[in-house]
Amino acid sequence: MSETSPEPQDASERDVTSERDAAPDARTMVGVPPEPPTGTFTPLQTPVDPAGRRALLEVDNVTLRFGGVVALDQVNFNLYEGEILGLIGPNGAGKTTCFNAMTGVYTPTSGEIRFQGQKLSGRTRHKITKLGIARTFQNIRLFPEMTAMENVMVGADTHHKTSVPSALLRLPRYWQEERSARERSHELLDFVGIRRHDEAARNLSYGEQRRLEIARALATSPTLLCLDEPAAGFNPAEKDSLLQLIRDIRDTGVTVLLIEHDMRLVMGVTDRIVVLEFGKKIAEGSPAEVRDNPKVIAAYLGVPADAA
Amino acid sequence: MTDLRTRWRDFRHGMSQRWDRQPKATKIGLILVFVVFLYALPEKGFYEYLGLPLGEYIPLYTTRNDMATVLFQCGYYILLALGLNIVVGYAGLLDLGFFGFFAVGAYTVATLTSPTSKIFTEYNWLDSPWPWLVALPLAIALSLLAGVILGWPVLRLRGDYLAIVTLGFAEMIRIVAQQNDWIFNGDRGISQIAHPPGSSGGKPIFAFDAKPYYWLVLTVIIAMVFLIRNLVRSRVGRAWVAIREDEDAAELMGVPTYKFKLWAFAMGAGIGGFSGALWAGQANFVNSSTFRLEQSILVLAAVLLGGAGNIFGAILGGFLVIYVPEWLRSVGDVFGLPEQVRIAGEPYDVSATNLRYLFFGIILIVIMIFRPQGLWPNRRRAAELKDREKEAMVGV
Repeated sequence: MSETSPEPQDASERDVTSERDAAPDARTMVGVPPEPPTGTFTPLQTPVDPAGRRALLEVDNVTLRFGGVVALDQVNFNLYEGEILGLIGPNGAGKTTCFNAMTGVYTPTSGEIRFQGQKLSGRTRHKITKLGIARTFQNIRLFPEMTAMENVMVGADTHHKTSVPSALLRLPRYWQEERSARERSHELLDFVGIRRHDEAARNLSYGEQRRLEIARALATSPTLLCLDEPAAGFNPAEKDSLLQLIRDIRDTGVTVLLIEHDMRLVMGVTDRIVVLEFGKKIAEGSPAEVRDNPKVIAAYLGVPADAA
Repeated sequence: MTDLRTRWRDFRHGMSQRWDRQPKATKIGLILVFVVFLYALPEKGFYEYLGLPLGEYIPLYTTRNDMATVLFQCGYYILLALGLNIVVGYAGLLDLGFFGFFAVGAYTVATLTSPTSKIFTEYNWLDSPWPWLVALPLAIALSLLAGVILGWPVLRLRGDYLAIVTLGFAEMIRIVAQQNDWIFNGDRGISQIAHPPGSSGGKPIFAFDAKPYYWLVLTVIIAMVFLIRNLVRSRVGRAWVAIREDEDAAELMGVPTYKFKLWAFAMGAGIGGFSGALWAGQANFVNSSTFRLEQSILVLAAVLLGGAGNIFGAILGGFLVIYVPEWLRSVGDVFGLPEQVRIAGEPYDVSATNLRYLFFGIILIVIMIFRPQGLWPNRRRAAELKDREKEAMVGV
């Protein structure tokens, strides 16, 4: 534990990183313009996928260590606008850590994450949310004593400006923003299928609580929605309706990143899948490709003794 | 015991339902009557009108102490409790040095309005003492600023650090006031502080009678209740509750937690300073001995006793922590208790006046055993407390 410190990178480690950089994903090469003219504004150099969609989120060689533990080891993948990307892997593979790095809970030890071409490192968590990344939590983290409405309104407040002076004196901005937050929250609660808007969050059923988390995240008007095991503990019928909900969310123009263990759900809803194991990316591709990838099968089922 | 408690709960539930069913006009009317009653509390004529001559002992009247003075004291404590309730009750930040802001407010008014202040007598920074009303906004602004300066580095930390730093802050203010001869005049203090303005029939309204001060502070409290309610029922209040319930989740849902914690701290500090300025206007004299640590603890006790996270809980708590000990002074007269007992020929003082803090302490302990959530808690905060209790019992 003690010999490896979390932050500083010595020269040798950096060399390894640059070697990896020498052989980048072919996809990231597309659309990178030559040297931009000096003295002018630099255009966003976001990679483009074969279908011509721009990368919304780029995870670029991200390594994250906690003491001697390497939670993420040079992970690379892009997330393109309008897609549903699945992030899967056995327990402890680093999926949630990856989420946490994206939403600013952890800062990568090396490498960087860009959202719409902008670096995320150094931004506070609420600013990252304001940029357009919203998330749910693996273990539900609602505000238990607030009503469903209020929970969603907290999310809707992300883009509001009412602060103490205008709230104290109930200036026009207060009325306007309060009304819009209220309307939007009612809409979103209906959208995810919660009827009891004024019930305290802790009194909602388990399924409703999971859906409320999604509504609260959607209220922040995200471009990218990260769902951390939204189907955990669901029965098949609930999973089916969740599947539909995720598709509906995508159809409103929100890009979705999904961590999920349920293979039927992942295979059924995602456009592409990234597979992590022990902090490393072991596969990336369409659901069919990933399903047939021997490395993935080995990671999930283990390698037969004679093959090893 | 349990039977009594269920019956009490049912009674309260019934009462609150009955209250909810009343038309709005009736509610407003009843509230107005209650407000008039509050304004009439220190008037002797009011009790005579009710047919309760003061010669007899009226159970609620403090016989050993001027009722108006006691009520004014309650008033500025209620104001303090309202301010601290924002910090502790809504935002969930433990502040152990809240009285420090009271001191900032009081000293600002004192140094600027007293003709004996060194600003005028030695340094001649200003030509003449300011009127109280002009110094008041500055007192509020300075204590608000003190809150921001203190909160700025500290609110980035979580948990116990805040409690320790605020504790140190209050002590720092007190010790600086005590030792500093420069403008605070050390322990000799500052006297001849200006009173609030206004006169009727050629006589100033605010002089040595405490009644007008009580009316003033009551008016301020009523205004504060409306302002704080506005805050609580807005984006700001939602952010505070979200921070209290789950700070990480709040931040990840886009709540600028640090900003709103700082606002809570600054608002609380401003109200504390307001209270200090009001008190200085009445007390006429300040020195450091007023700003002892016990005072900060007493304000915190008021908030927790009344029920954190509820405006009316804080008001009830602020009232009780001052009123109960003062009332206990006269409880001996009410029940005809002896002042002294002789044990083996030696006289022992057992007067309620001298033992009042003992009784007060017992009352506090009993309340905290039976109602740990406070007398009039916020429904939500009471539930959070229960959840935590359960967690503590199940987990670990």
